[in-house]
Amino acid sequence: MRLVILLITFGSNTTLMFKTYSLSFAYNQQVSFHFPDIELDAGENLLILGESGIGKTTLLHLMAGLLQPQSGRVELMGTLIHELSSSQLDRFRGSHIGLVFQRPHFVRALSLQENLALVQHLARKPVDKSRIKEVLDGLGIGHKLSEKPHRLSQGEQQRAAIALAVINRPQLILADEPTSSLDDKNANRVARLLQEQAFTTEAQLIIITHDQRLKTQFSNTLTL
Amino acid sequence: MSIFRLSLRNMTSRPLSTTLSLVLLTLGVGMIALLLQVNRHIQQQMENNVRGIDMVVGAKGSPLQLILSAVYHIDAPTGNIALHEAERLQNNRLVASGIPLSYGDSYQGYRIVGTDHQYPKLYVATVVEGQLWQAPFEVTVGATVANLLNLKIGDNFVGAHGLTEGGEVHDEHAYQVVGIFDYTNSVLDQLILTATESVWAAHHHEEESDTTASTENESHAHEEGEKDPEHHEYEEGEEHHEHEEAREITAMLVKFRSPMGMVQLPRRVNEDTNMQAAVPAYEISRLFSLMGVGVDTLSTIALVIMAVSGLSVFISLFNALKDRQYEMALMRTYGASRWQLVGLVLQEGLLLTLAGFSLGILVSRLGLWLISGLMEASYHYSFSGWGWMAEEWWLLASALAIGLLASLIPAIRVFRINISKTLADA
Repeated sequence: MRLVILLITFGSNTTLMFKTYSLSFAYNQQVSFHFPDIELDAGENLLILGESGIGKTTLLHLMAGLLQPQSGRVELMGTLIHELSSSQLDRFRGSHIGLVFQRPHFVRALSLQENLALVQHLARKPVDKSRIKEVLDGLGIGHKLSEKPHRLSQGEQQRAAIALAVINRPQLILADEPTSSLDDKNANRVARLLQEQAFTTEAQLIIITHDQRLKTQFSNTLTL
Repeated sequence: MSIFRLSLRNMTSRPLSTTLSLVLLTLGVGMIALLLQVNRHIQQQMENNVRGIDMVVGAKGSPLQLILSAVYHIDAPTGNIALHEAERLQNNRLVASGIPLSYGDSYQGYRIVGTDHQYPKLYVATVVEGQLWQAPFEVTVGATVANLLNLKIGDNFVGAHGLTEGGEVHDEHAYQVVGIFDYTNSVLDQLILTATESVWAAHHHEEESDTTASTENESHAHEEGEKDPEHHEYEEGEEHHEHEEAREITAMLVKFRSPMGMVQLPRRVNEDTNMQAAVPAYEISRLFSLMGVGVDTLSTIALVIMAVSGLSVFISLFNALKDRQYEMALMRTYGASRWQLVGLVLQEGLLLTLAGFSLGILVSRLGLWLISGLMEASYHYSFSGWGWMAEEWWLLASALAIGLLASLIPAIRVFRINISKTLADA
């Protein structure tokens, strides 16, 4: 597989916060992926573009520590995440990485506010209602606090999913096709909100998508 | 939002399957607990009433009927026996004591029993108000009777012929209440005790004055002894003439001096006299073995229901989990550990079974209360004590085991969940 690396870095003086080294993964003999190395400094965002089937989701799961790579390393804030034990990794992910998925999913039995409180609880953080309100207000869905997430509109659901990702102020936000099921207006809005949230929580944002509409919004792009 | 509260919310978010599991569990646990309780109460009552009575002597007929009528006062008597014959038995060297009982009349459904002062002593009854009867037509009433019929010292009432309400009234002789017993938790609470002579007098008088009603008399006898063909033989037999004069009693409660009595007397009475001897211990165990079939059947049904409820809990959790695979993976990505999620699933299973168990116990007590009311109404028997039984700990343990077993497979699936695959497939 031929990979094109298109990586532009800004502010090369700052310390590297997030790195991947020669990541590879194989589902079986026929389907295997080798991924280009990624290096991101604090405050940097990255858009990874790629067609379907090229291993976008696999890369995201590797970066989030949801999959164990065949070879290679992922380093966040000096921690090699794949060297952690399963429970350490769960804990590390919970407090340092925020994930946004293609289709938003929530704990059905809980309201939006309770979902966010649960995410805080799972990251072993005290439940902070003012933080929940602040995040939801920032995403323009503060009035949906006690609504069940699956009753929200699609655009609202995607924004609620962003809220779940940023509620614990992670250092890294990983988004998997966050806009592909949205119309142009909502897609732009979600992309903008993601960048805003990453900026306010001082997190690095990596979006993996095939959605070419986002290209214009990111200066830092990598095509798989 | 703790894991515990999440368990609760998960349960309430699928009301139908949760309700089904709860109903099945409640039914299973409730039935078993109710059976245990009823069985205990009946056994307790039976044993409480039979203590100190080694043998019951009465007219020939069904031995079980004799025991039920003479000891528990819930069946019709088998007939009458001659007092002199009973007394001859009482004087046997193997007999420690014999308590004569004469019954057949009642007041508002409560039996009037003519006896001597040994009878209340048998149940260690204490007189809480007034005194024991001293003369004919004085009565001392059991606690339940006094309470329910609101009888007080000095009250007068007339007995009715027969053991059910609405019998012919012996209005020539009024009984007077001279004492009230304290609760004994035995059959005594349901009885009105008087001197044997009162019963003789009431009936003697009736027989004398009621010359025209010989057919009616016969029908009375028929009523009391319809399960007893020999009763008629006896009536039509040679002793018929003595019948009027001879003193009769209905039954005698016998206590032996030594175990030798048990070996010799019942057989001797049955073979050599016109009376029948029945051994309560034996008849009651026979009754229990008869009842046992029903109890066993019900227990089996209840166990099957409990097993089905376990299956229902399992299916409920399993289905819920299938729908919530993604949720579980999601929670893992937000920092939940495998064990937290396993805990979540186990908790849901255990909460469900625990709730079902509590409801079941509640239902069993409600059922006990209803049955007690029913028994009170039709047999003047009531249950006392609703306490926790040791067997119910076992019931709790098996309910929890069912919950644990039902949530085991879902828990294992959650533990081994492939986060990446689940998220990608969703």
